[in-house]
Amino acid sequence: MDVLWDTAGPLTVREVSERLAERELAHTTVMTVLDRLAKKGFAQRERDGRAWQYRPAASREAYVTELMLSALDQAGDRQAALASFARSVTDSEARALRSALEAFEDRTGD
Amino acid sequence: MLVTVGVLTAVAMTAVAGATMLASAAWPGRAPAAAILLWQALGLGWGLAAVGALAALAARPAHAGVAGGVLAFAGDAVRQAAEPAKGPTALTAFRVACLVLAVALLALLCWVLAAACAAVVRTRRRHRALLALLARGDPKVPGALVLDHPAAAAYCLPGLRSRIVVSAGTLDLLDQAELAAVLAHERAHVRERHDLVLLPFTALCRAFPRAGVAVRAQHAVALLVEMLADDRARRARPARELATALMRFGVAGATAAPSGALAAAQADSQGDVAARVARLLEPQPGLAPPLWAGICCSAILLVVVPAALFVIPL
Repeated sequence: MDVLWDTAGPLTVREVSERLAERELAHTTVMTVLDRLAKKGFAQRERDGRAWQYRPAASREAYVTELMLSALDQAGDRQAALASFARSVTDSEARALRSALEAFEDRTGD
Repeated sequence: MLVTVGVLTAVAMTAVAGATMLASAAWPGRAPAAAILLWQALGLGWGLAAVGALAALAARPAHAGVAGGVLAFAGDAVRQAAEPAKGPTALTAFRVACLVLAVALLALLCWVLAAACAAVVRTRRRHRALLALLARGDPKVPGALVLDHPAAAAYCLPGLRSRIVVSAGTLDLLDQAELAAVLAHERAHVRERHDLVLLPFTALCRAFPRAGVAVRAQHAVALLVEMLADDRARRARPARELATALMRFGVAGATAAPSGALAAAQADSQGDVAARVARLLEPQPGLAPPLWAGICCSAILLVVVPAALFVIPL
């Protein structure tokens, strides 16, 4: 997947294998992995003559943002698929926490 | 059968009233485990009593329990349908309506629970697959994955193949000791399957999104499992580390708060983080044993009474 993300255009299985040459992966292994990525919807593929060409369905940043949003938006969707350490707080609460933290650090700093 | 209906209705109403009181009570922070037990009993007891009361209205009088009565009534109704000469009475129509309502409520409760489970499994599968593509390990957080994003986030993806994830922003925000405390907190969630505790309340919230008490229950239980995990983490790490980590998260999170949906969520979670910090820095004494016993007895009664009325005639 990193190879697909690091390349601008779509890649065939052979091109991906060449870019992973140092890993010495079998052609069929690369093909299986790309096929699986396409089935999961993370890569899109299109026919180019006799070979499939693969491109990422979304950028790496888009996926990271998706994960972070579901982590931060915990309380919003009420789905409870994952458990965040701390929900986000309101501005007034943050101010109170900041002063509490400063007071606490002053006390332990002595 | 009228006595049964009365008792079951009373239990259902007690459960709702108890939930309202528990949502605003002060003691749950001192004994999160007992409070969670009571919430579970309130939820289960309410469901049993509400379904049971409707079914009891349909049940044939003076028969063994709600379950037996409903079966007898169903038998009568089928026989009556086979002999249309007698014609259905108004009373029969009322009973059929009650039975339909009882079955509908039971089906709704089961369905939302199943739907919530399915949604959670789907979301987690996609999340886990993306983590496999995007996240990396880091020696600073052994056993956890790191996601390259500047905002602070730490969470766990519970399940059979659980994951603990921290963002790169968290690594910058917290020192080594605080990171260890956060990881201990998340490991407690994963180990004790707190997600399973929360799931039925999330489902109930979806079934009755306009019922204030369901929303408050979900919110209260969500906070209680966090407190429970805080307590577990405190066994392994000093409470101070967890408290400062929470404060840093709170301060950093407010500036990075993204979407509009979050604003509404923030309104009802007002004070949650501060409450957790306060109980970490100034621990309150636990509940006295008699109180504990009282809570356990209430929890047991709330579930056993409606369940027993399904089989015992009154």
